Amino acid sequence: MIKTVPRYLVNFILLVLLQVFVLNNIQFSGYINPYIYVVFILTLPFETPKWLLLVIAFLLGITIDLFSNTLGMHSSATVFIAFLRPSVLKIIAPRDGYESETYPQLKYYGGTWFLKYSAILVFAHHLFLFYIEVFRFSDFFATLLRVILSSSFSIILILIGQYFYRKDTKRF
Amino acid sequence: MKSLLNFLLRIHFLLLFILIEIFSISLLVNNNYYQRSRMVNFTRELSGRYHQKLAGLKEYFSLLEINQQLVEENNRLLNIIESTYRSEELFFRNVNDTVYNQRYFYTPARVVNNSVNKKHNFITLNKGKEQGIRPEMAVVSDGTIVGVVKGVSENFATVISLLNFDFKISAKVKKNGYFGSLSWDGKDYHTAILNEIPLHADVQVGDSIITSGFSSIYPEGILIGYIDKFEEKGGSFYTIYVRLSTDFKQLNYVNIIGNLTQTEKLEIEQQAIKNND
Repeated sequence: MIKTVPRYLVNFILLVLLQVFVLNNIQFSGYINPYIYVVFILTLPFETPKWLLLVIAFLLGITIDLFSNTLGMHSSATVFIAFLRPSVLKIIAPRDGYESETYPQLKYYGGTWFLKYSAILVFAHHLFLFYIEVFRFSDFFATLLRVILSSSFSIILILIGQYFYRKDTKRF
Repeated sequence: MKSLLNFLLRIHFLLLFILIEIFSISLLVNNNYYQRSRMVNFTRELSGRYHQKLAGLKEYFSLLEINQQLVEENNRLLNIIESTYRSEELFFRNVNDTVYNQRYFYTPARVVNNSVNKKHNFITLNKGKEQGIRPEMAVVSDGTIVGVVKGVSENFATVISLLNFDFKISAKVKKNGYFGSLSWDGKDYHTAILNEIPLHADVQVGDSIITSGFSSIYPEGILIGYIDKFEEKGGSFYTIYVRLSTDFKQLNYVNIIGNLTQTEKLEIEQQAIKNND
């Protein structure tokens, strides 16, 4: 457990940098803004205490907020999916539960499981984020379209990222 | 007590989630202009309705005073209408085509909420977008200055009172036309401060201070107050204390002034600035 802390720290920094410097500047046709930093919340170990999950999510969100000048927007959305994560993990658990010494990642539980897992949480995150950004329900369907397009794009990016991890099984 | 603690321990996840979420959203509302203005608009409509009820009730208590004011006003108006004068020139009278050249129009409104004791005082009026009120309109009471409309909802308007740190207005000394900027120092609701009047200007205690009309919000010549005292404070300018002629504690009915030529004036000023660059 202790050994994983520095690795997650590096992950945290890399994801924030990637999000802030690269992905925040991407905007296809006004509809697609990918937010992939949530993958950090997705891949935290199974045995992370629930309260720590919320605290980490808040720190991650507020870091992104500070860089993109939207104080409170990302943090509320990230805390929201950290709140959902334990229930989602319980619902989509494989028949014989989660094994110890594994992480919620693609290489341990396979593509289908990870796609289901990330799709639910990323969609929830984008839904929350985009609606709190427009802060009204009057353009409901335009916002929904943005949510669907952006979250599919984010999920694709996250899946691609997971395949990068696949090779170096030795590190764990 | 123990069972309570147990209960809190059991739902600590949910509790912590709600706490952090409330904290985040309050950050969001307080720090992002767009979300804040949506929130403020919503609460303005709500509180406006409440204050209107309250003001309606309060009005009964000041009926006597308002009646007196109306009687005085009637008296004054009766004294100046034409029929009370004997006309000497029967054939060559000047007729002002008031509609053609009208520059400002007035809308009456009632104060439904008001304060004088804060550093940023605001006034709420019972007229809004539907009655043609827009931000940046001037508000006067009985010919003296009150403030500027800041935001409007469907039926209410928020006015930045003159008693507000953020409020600045261009004002001039009536008798010689020296102009400066007038603001409030947050101390006394009877007194505002006029700066930037040069030392060589001739000012006396008791001189009238009026609006200069440069800002395109206020017409020229609306009374602000009288000079209470003045002092030289470093440099080449007077610091003038102006006794306001508006009694902000007794505001009941005000007039909102719309400027029909405001956009035209701003446009040509913008153009001049652009050509200069």
